[in-house]
Amino acid sequence: MTVTIINIILLCLLVIAATAVNQQRNLFAATMLTGIYSLISASLFVCLDAVDVAFTEAAVGAGIATILFLGTLALTGFEEKTEVKISVPGLIIVLITGGLLMYGIQDIPEFGNPDTPVQTYLAGKYIGESATEIGVPNLVTSVLASYRGYDTFGETTVIFTAGIGILMLLGRGRKNKKGLLDEDEV
Amino acid sequence: MFEVATYLILFAMSLALISAIIGKTVYEKILAVNIFGTVTVLFIALFGFLTERPEFLDIALVYALINFIATIAILKFFEYGDMGRSSHINDEADI
Repeated sequence: MTVTIINIILLCLLVIAATAVNQQRNLFAATMLTGIYSLISASLFVCLDAVDVAFTEAAVGAGIATILFLGTLALTGFEEKTEVKISVPGLIIVLITGGLLMYGIQDIPEFGNPDTPVQTYLAGKYIGESATEIGVPNLVTSVLASYRGYDTFGETTVIFTAGIGILMLLGRGRKNKKGLLDEDEV
Repeated sequence: MFEVATYLILFAMSLALISAIIGKTVYEKILAVNIFGTVTVLFIALFGFLTERPEFLDIALVYALINFIATIAILKFFEYGDMGRSSHINDEADI
């Protein structure tokens, strides 16, 4: 019961933060509020027992994304153009998509229900046989590195490529002491 | 006991959020985000005890570290106005 009330309060705070981000015209303030939004959703993930997701949300959402936003603002400027225009087709599309999502929620099984396909389809096999099939003590490790090995390999490749791309972008603008572009480093 | 503390922490969260929304200057907003991060750390620690899993304390610790680094980065941004490269006038610009 207490956890339910906590969830409700956190969701209310999330809605308030999202509305505030939307209303802000000063982009720096919006960036700060986005950080707060990430922290609230991380708390919600903790309440839902998804501690690892909460961890990623706090590190990426509140930490790195805020810093990246600020780096962008250093190049572009702080104020949004005050041109508020409501696009009617966009509004209709958003409302329809939201309605469809709300409709789809009805089919989602109850939170923590043990009879869902997620719990009955493969989880039992993983729990029962991973010790003999794979031999790794940690169940999560055996799922990530062996049962879904190709999947994890693909993800790692994507992240590696993204890292190389960002390093190439960052390396270009580096200046030497005279303030000129250093050709050797490029 | 933990329930009351958690509710009070949630109240503090909403106060920090209000302060971030209505704060006039940039520094008030930075302070509000920092406060919010600290309160989140407290919330996670308390929630661990509330659900009788105090292992969450470790996670709260890492949150505190992230919060600290983010605040340092934001303040550095305000001191030097840039983050990608070190200023050639002042070598202290690199973290």
